[in-house]
Amino acid sequence: MKEIVVVSGKGGTGKTSFTACMATLFKKKVLADCDVDAANLNLLLNAIVVEEHNFVSGHKAAINKDICVSCGGCREVCRFQAISEDYRVDGFSCEGCGACSYRCPTGAVSFAKALCGHYFVGKTGKQEYAVFAELLPGAENSGKLVTAVRKKALEIALENGNKIILTDGPPGIGCTVIASLTGASFVVFVTEPTVSGVHDLKRVMELSKHFKLPGAVVINKSDLNRSYSNENVFLCLERGFNLLGSIPYEPLVSQAQRQAKTILEYAPDCAASDAIRQIYRKLNKRLETL
Amino acid sequence: MKIAVTTSGDSLAAPMDSRFGRAAGFLVYDTDTKVLQVVDNAQNLNSAQGAGIQAAQTVAEAGANVVITGHCGPKAFRVLQAAGITVYNCEAATVQEALGLFGEGKLLTASDADVEGHWS
Amino acid sequence: MKVVIASGKGGTGKTTVAVNLAWFLANCGRKVQYIDCDVEEPNGNFFISAHFSERIPAFVMLPAVDQQKCTSCGECSSKCRFNAIVRLPGNTMIFPELCHGCGLCLLVCPTKAISEDEREIGIIERGMGWGGISFVHGVLNVGEPMPNPLIRKVKEQGLADHIQIIDAPPGTSCSFVETISDADLVILVTEPTPFGLHDLKISVEVARARGRSICVVINKDNGIFRPLEKFLEERQLTITARLPENRKVAEVYSEGNILLEELPDYRAHFSSIAAEVFRQSENLMHSPMGVLP
Repeated sequence: MKEIVVVSGKGGTGKTSFTACMATLFKKKVLADCDVDAANLNLLLNAIVVEEHNFVSGHKAAINKDICVSCGGCREVCRFQAISEDYRVDGFSCEGCGACSYRCPTGAVSFAKALCGHYFVGKTGKQEYAVFAELLPGAENSGKLVTAVRKKALEIALENGNKIILTDGPPGIGCTVIASLTGASFVVFVTEPTVSGVHDLKRVMELSKHFKLPGAVVINKSDLNRSYSNENVFLCLERGFNLLGSIPYEPLVSQAQRQAKTILEYAPDCAASDAIRQIYRKLNKRLETL
Repeated sequence: MKIAVTTSGDSLAAPMDSRFGRAAGFLVYDTDTKVLQVVDNAQNLNSAQGAGIQAAQTVAEAGANVVITGHCGPKAFRVLQAAGITVYNCEAATVQEALGLFGEGKLLTASDADVEGHWS
Repeated sequence: MKVVIASGKGGTGKTTVAVNLAWFLANCGRKVQYIDCDVEEPNGNFFISAHFSERIPAFVMLPAVDQQKCTSCGECSSKCRFNAIVRLPGNTMIFPELCHGCGLCLLVCPTKAISEDEREIGIIERGMGWGGISFVHGVLNVGEPMPNPLIRKVKEQGLADHIQIIDAPPGTSCSFVETISDADLVILVTEPTPFGLHDLKISVEVARARGRSICVVINKDNGIFRPLEKFLEERQLTITARLPENRKVAEVYSEGNILLEELPDYRAHFSSIAAEVFRQSENLMHSPMGVLP
């Protein structure tokens, strides 16, 4: 079983588009979308939902006004300014620590488990499974939802004897990215030749090194800026990662996106599509060595 | 000496659970009294975060000197180390097999965590 | 006044809009402060050419146990909802990476053996960029899972007499909510694709739930995308500007340059965005809670 996680650091480098392209090329795999607060992979896959699960994690405080004596104790101990002057709990700010409930002299604060989102198993037209999730707007514990998605994908892969899990990771370097990378087999960094792309690549590479993960780099829109493209290459070699390949800037990509298609489907003969297929072959070879 | 083995069952024939923090439970075998004790880990296994370190605390409270498990993450390893518990990695199928291998001195002590922590 | 530039989806041009709006307002003679709240991947400084004069380490509270006073009663460990404390006989261990800094353990400890210590989670850097723009951002340490406390501290650096242009982190989860919590105007940047729309819907929902004023900027515009227009109409959202798709824009961005300097054609679009900012600040002036400018 090999789990490939696609990350980028910076958002919008083409991570999801790239993952969707790999999805059309890899056979016998399970797909997982770990970008849980902006899950877009399924818009390209059009999988039909066959399973839906609630994602319940952590707790949220609630104050029963009938019992509350307005003593102010809870407001005093809450470090997240989550309780208003009229003793209402702001669900967005509450971290569910329980300090208010501990302090409350009348037992007016209850702690129910919080519903933070849902995760789904979908079946694609090619009879393959995809796991994706939706965090409730503004909810917490997104890292744990990522873990739930990956766990489900692994379960399905084991059940069906799939050899590959292809995971679309979230942007950034925070909790969701950490949760996406831990225990993965291989990381693909999708970057772009821009001042921000290079900077963010550095940080996400550092994170991957921290987890001792092998990985390789794809430079998207590579001809946009030669000098930053070169800098990306230097950076990846210097940090001990290999270059999988470069994909040239392709105006047709945004046309394809509007129709929710991958560039491989929309324009199979363009230079970008050629580059993507080459990258796939190289990635496949690399995976055999793991 | 008390030896804790990660498992989902309650007898020597039960299969080993390769996970530590999220194992269903532990069988603690006392080599002096030959008594077998079942320790439940359900509460830790379902917790949102920090399952490993709480499981380590549970094992320490059960008085174990040795833990035999498949994989142990870095945070749990730190707790076990602090509690003076030696960790052995083992891929055996059953608890009995694991105890047997340990008795024959065929298991290696883990000098460090062998898997990355699941951040969750 | 606090103007947050946000987008659910990454790479829609959030930073481009924020930087160029700051440039435009500064050129209108306004006092502008650029606050980059994308602490996981802060990039605004490259575009604002910020020179930092101050580096302030950012700390979160971390409990420290006095093992002499500790009786190993286990109260803290059993009450901690984040499983961040382990009680071993004679040794109570704290796991900083799990701690949320809530302080409950201090409250429950019967022997007052726990005190507050600090742990560095990142740094805040302050300085000046071109055009007299005041700049501040936070840089989260790599491997640090929780950005929110740092975002809060970065926002505390806001200057009340400036127009604060706040670059939000991508996504719609807790860090986004933290960033917009007290915004006077949220500018949502989207792109005319099914992905942009999907994420815009969630961002609108969050911002509305928080009672924020919203306006929308469509970036990489390449003709009418029906589903997006329909959604905006249904929700009665104003489209403040449409920035045409152009490879040149991507090239200017790649160098870390200012779009409005290289491609003056785009200035008209930013004049509409600036007008929306001024309109909101007028509203504020007339409201009792208003903050100037």
